[in-house]
Amino acid sequence: MNEEIIIAGFGGQGVLSMGQILCYGGVMQNKEVSWMPSYGPEMRGGTANCTAIISDEKISSPVLNTFDTAIVLNQPSMDKFEDAIKPGGMLIYEINGIIRKPKRDDIKIYSIAAYDESIKMKNTKIFNMIVIGGFLKVKPILDVENVVKGLEKVLPERYHHLIPLNKEAIHRGMDIIECEK
Amino acid sequence: MKELRLMKGNEAFAEAAIRAGTDAYFGYPITPQSEVIEYLMAQNPEERTGMAVLQAESEIAAINMIYGAAGCGKKAMTSSSSPGISLKQEGLSYIAGAELPCVVLNVVRGGPGLGTIQPSQSDYFQAVKGGGHGDYKLIVLAPATVQETVDFVKLAFDLAFKYRNPVMILSDGIIGQMMEKVELFEQIPRSDEEYDWATQGKKPGKDHTIITSLQLKPEEQEKVNLRLQAKYREVEKNEVLYESYNTEDADYLFVAFGSCGRITQKAMEMARKKGYKVGQIRPKTLYPFPVEVINKLSDQVKGILTVEMNAGQMVEDVRLAVDGKTPVEYFGRYGGMIPSPDEILNAFEQKFIGGK
Repeated sequence: MNEEIIIAGFGGQGVLSMGQILCYGGVMQNKEVSWMPSYGPEMRGGTANCTAIISDEKISSPVLNTFDTAIVLNQPSMDKFEDAIKPGGMLIYEINGIIRKPKRDDIKIYSIAAYDESIKMKNTKIFNMIVIGGFLKVKPILDVENVVKGLEKVLPERYHHLIPLNKEAIHRGMDIIECEK
Repeated sequence: MKELRLMKGNEAFAEAAIRAGTDAYFGYPITPQSEVIEYLMAQNPEERTGMAVLQAESEIAAINMIYGAAGCGKKAMTSSSSPGISLKQEGLSYIAGAELPCVVLNVVRGGPGLGTIQPSQSDYFQAVKGGGHGDYKLIVLAPATVQETVDFVKLAFDLAFKYRNPVMILSDGIIGQMMEKVELFEQIPRSDEEYDWATQGKKPGKDHTIITSLQLKPEEQEKVNLRLQAKYREVEKNEVLYESYNTEDADYLFVAFGSCGRITQKAMEMARKKGYKVGQIRPKTLYPFPVEVINKLSDQVKGILTVEMNAGQMVEDVRLAVDGKTPVEYFGRYGGMIPSPDEILNAFEQKFIGGK
């Protein structure tokens, strides 16, 4: 298994921590991982993104031009990364604010209404965990238990009481992700 | 059980600094290495090991604090990124001239000038050819992973004290910013060792120690230069480190270091899949440069491609090592742009396979 993922959205959506949580989940499952963020002015006001690689084998390049999976959380990210998905790869997008639907017909496309769901759950901060849940449903490369263990590593201790809520968010995401084509 | 963590390169460097028993860190923040001092401050190393961590008023102040701490026989280190490292060059020349040990991390970004904050390897020349004025060398280590960044902190101090010479860890924005699994070594206690070259208080019956890089008589200065050159020959003989991949049956050779070495490794794997027998050398020490292995392999291969995130700097050292025995080509991106494995493979095919 070698899964190359790009996660992109606005700063503040939890894009960078999504990548970290998946990578820590990978560490918990004895995988090789690498996480490379966009940094500096690239992030300010524009799109934030990170490349997360989870693999059974040693990872050579941490920087990639094409990806197995793109998780995009806004329109600029969709515009930037739709074409970077390998043929046969996968696109997951959050429907909020998407005005142009993806055009590719050689990849699998899933949508998720994570933001609306987070409002229903009365905590928009768990939005990104709902998306992670959706991803794990359609690409079960990691056990949810290991991802939750990863979350314990990423979250400062003072937030650990929120872990059950985050776990619930992952399961909600698994329930609500929809296959478009 | 060994401790496994997911850490950013810069944070891992800082943690390794504490664990290596470093006595003092003096620095000044600059992207993309500010996490080093942020992490150190947050860790409160004064409480953990008694290590002093200070944000100096400038890079120039920081390197001169290092000069002072090193003169006292202490394990001292600083870190910065390219424009800040330029500011430290005068101090590094003095430290090299006074033959003192220290460790300097350069998380390279694109230049010249203030340049960009994105990753680059454009400080290769500055790092391996001296950097400041005068005939001197830094020992230069080039990590390609977060793990190597950690391991090289320990190695850098060992070499710095063994040869009484500044050691530079030449990292870049990729390795500084990326997160990977790392295994951290156990805490090494800070040392109280006394050295006859250090100013640690005059002992009865012993002359006072003088640390200087100033010799008014040319005969004396030449002696210093001869001593330095003899030391560098020892370093070249003993301390070369590199990693080789698939060189046994290689018809072609890639040479690339640091993060670019990893990207090039992916290109090498892709080339192998297409049926080209490509091997790779990844220098882990840039000075001393792995001259011998590259020279030997140039008898075997039909051509060598160096890949760098600069306009072609290491390629000069590769050409010196090859000594005209086989064609040496260069491919690179610069200004903070990162070459992709596909681009590298393309460049290889154009220059060596279909390159007519």
